[in-house]
Amino acid sequence: MAEAQGQAKGAAVALGRREDGAMIGIPRRSRYIAHVALILGILIVAFPIYYTFVASTHSLQTILRPPLPLLPGREFFNNYYEALFGGVGRIGGVDVWTLLLNSTIVALGIAIGKIIISLLSAYAIVFFRFPLRMVFFWLIFITLMLPVEVRILPTYKVMVDLNLIDTYTGLIVPLIASATATLLFRQFFLTIPGELVEAARVDGAGPWRFFKDILLPLSRTNIAALFVILFIYGWTQYLWPLLVTNRNDMNTIVIALRKMISFADADTQWHLVMVTCMLAIVPPVLVVVLMQRWFVRGLVETEK
Amino acid sequence: MATVELNGVRKVYAGGVEAVKGVDIKIADKALCVLVGPSGCGKSTLLRMIAGLETISDGTVSIDGKVVNTIGPAERDIAMVFQNYALYPHMKVYDNMAYGLRNRGMKKPEIDERVKRAAETLELSALLDRRPRELSGGQRQRVAMGRAIVRNPKVFLFDEPLSNLDAKLRGQMRVEIKNLQRALGVTSVYVTHDQLEAMTLADQLVVMNGGLVEQIGAPLDIYEQPASTFVASFIGAPPMNLLGSEQGTKGASLTVGDLSGLGVTVPPGTTTLGVRPEDFRLDAPAAEGLRTELTVVAVEPVGAESFLHGTASDFRMVVRVPGRSSAQPGDRVPVWAERFKLHFFDRNGRRVQA
Repeated sequence: MAEAQGQAKGAAVALGRREDGAMIGIPRRSRYIAHVALILGILIVAFPIYYTFVASTHSLQTILRPPLPLLPGREFFNNYYEALFGGVGRIGGVDVWTLLLNSTIVALGIAIGKIIISLLSAYAIVFFRFPLRMVFFWLIFITLMLPVEVRILPTYKVMVDLNLIDTYTGLIVPLIASATATLLFRQFFLTIPGELVEAARVDGAGPWRFFKDILLPLSRTNIAALFVILFIYGWTQYLWPLLVTNRNDMNTIVIALRKMISFADADTQWHLVMVTCMLAIVPPVLVVVLMQRWFVRGLVETEK
Repeated sequence: MATVELNGVRKVYAGGVEAVKGVDIKIADKALCVLVGPSGCGKSTLLRMIAGLETISDGTVSIDGKVVNTIGPAERDIAMVFQNYALYPHMKVYDNMAYGLRNRGMKKPEIDERVKRAAETLELSALLDRRPRELSGGQRQRVAMGRAIVRNPKVFLFDEPLSNLDAKLRGQMRVEIKNLQRALGVTSVYVTHDQLEAMTLADQLVVMNGGLVEQIGAPLDIYEQPASTFVASFIGAPPMNLLGSEQGTKGASLTVGDLSGLGVTVPPGTTTLGVRPEDFRLDAPAAEGLRTELTVVAVEPVGAESFLHGTASDFRMVVRVPGRSSAQPGDRVPVWAERFKLHFFDRNGRRVQA
C-alpha cells in the first residue's frame, strides 16, 4: 500500500505535477483557462452519448414530441427489458444478444487475426533474410494506400464465389490484412537489440522458440494497445458487414441499428433504437476500460 | 577440455569489405586468449565467427579438433557473454540462466541444481527472483556470466564484457572473471580494446590491427618484445615513445627527427627507435644507452608516479618518474635509458633485433 502510494507520488512528479496539484511553472489563471477548455471538450464529446442515454429512458411518445427532456425519464427498466428480452420482432426478428454476439465475434476475429498476421509478417521482414524481402515489405506498405472501399467490389466477388456470404469467415477474413499493424510491429522489432537475438541463438532457441519465448512476451504491451484499437475498428465496421450479410441473424449490431430505423419517422421504435445504441457502446467501452491497466503498465515499465 | 584453432580465417562482407584477412590462432586447452586491438580491427568479427554468429568466408575454425564452420551456434557447445549482457528482459534471473538448458531438453531437477550452483558461485542466490531491470550493472554482468557457466560449455566467448561498467567495478570483475575461468578450467576467448584488461587477463595475447594478427604471445613477452611499432604503441600506457628518422611507419604515431643526436648506435635498417616512458631514468648514466635532455612541457602527477611530457632533440616524449616530480614546465631534465631496454624498428614498422 505504502509502495503503491510511493509509486503514485513518483508518477505525479514524473508528470511534472506537485502534490498540491499545481503544474510547475504555470500560473494559476492559465491553469483555470486550461481546465475550462478541457471541460468544454469533454462536454462536447460526452453530450451526444448522454442525450442518447436520456432518450433511451423515455417512452416513444415522449421522444416523438419535442423538445426531448434533458433528464432521464421513468421508462428505463421497461425499455431495456423490452430490448433485451421482449422485442424479438423489432430488430428483424433477431434478439439483441445474437447481434451483440455477432459483433463480438467479428470484432474479436478482426482484432486477433490482424494481430497474428501482422506479428508474423513483421517477424519475417525484420528477422529473416530472404530474396525480395524489401519487395514484400514495400508491397505491404503500399496496401496502406488502398482502403477497404477501393477493393470492395473484387473482394465481394471473391466472397460470393467462395460461398462466404452470410458467414463469419466472410465478415472477418477480408478485413484482417493490416499494413498499419505490420509497420508498428516492424518498428518495435527493429528496436530489439541484435545481441538479444544472438544470445537466443547461442541458447539454442530456433526461430519459433525465439518468437514464442522472447518476442511475444516483449511485445505484449504493444499487442494490448493494438488490440484495443483494432477491436473498436472491427466493432464499428459498417460498409463491409452491410454488403456481405443478407440474413438478419448474421447482422452485426451496427447494421441492425441501421435496419431498425425505417423511412417513416413514426414507424421507428426510437426508444428501442436508443437502448440498442447504448448496448452497442458497452462492449468497446469495457474493452478500453479493462485494457487501460495494460496501457499504463506498458508506459510505466520500460523493459529494455 | 577443448582447444580452439583458427586456420586462415577470413571474413569478407557482402559489400566487399574484408574485415578479417586471414588469421591463424591456436588456443591451448584451458587457456584464456585475449584478442585486443583498436575498434574496427576485426577482433569482434573473429569472435563472432568462432561463436557461429557470422559465416566464415574462408579458412576453418575448429573446436576440440573438429571443424565447426557449418555448425550453428547452439551446437558448437560454446557460451557467450555479450557487451550489453543481452539478458532477456522479461525473464527472472533464474529463467535467464535456465533458458538455454530448457531448450536443450534438460530435466528440471538438473536445471535447478545447475542454476543454483552457478548462482552460488556468482553470489546471485538472493537475486534469482528478480528481473534484469531490477539489477545493477555489476549484477547483470554476473547473470550474463551465470548464463554462460550453467551450460558447462567447451569454450567461453567474451565480447567486451566489462566495457559498460564503471572503472572500479571493472577492476573487480576483471579479477573475478580471471579467477572463475581458472577455477572452471574452460578455454576462453576474450575480446577487448582495453590494453590493461588484455595484459592482466591473458594467458595468450593476440594483438590485431586492420584484420590481421600483429603479434601472438604471452602478455609480458609482447610487452618486452613488441613485434611492430603498432604493438609497441598499443600495449602499455602511456604508449611507447617512437622516435623516427623518417616517415613510413604505419599504424603508429611517431615523431620524426635525427636519431644520431641521441647517442645510440642503432642496428642497420633501423628507422624508428622505441623507448617506454617507464624505461627512462633520471639518475647519472651508468651504462651504454640513450642520453638526452628533456625540455619539460607539461607535468602530470598521478600519485604513485608522474609523467613528464616534453621534447628532446626534436622528438616528443613522455617520461615516467616514480612518485612526485619537482620538475616545472620549461625545465631541462637530463634523462637516459639503458641500451637493452631500447626497441628498434625498420621502415615497415617491424622489429629489428639489436
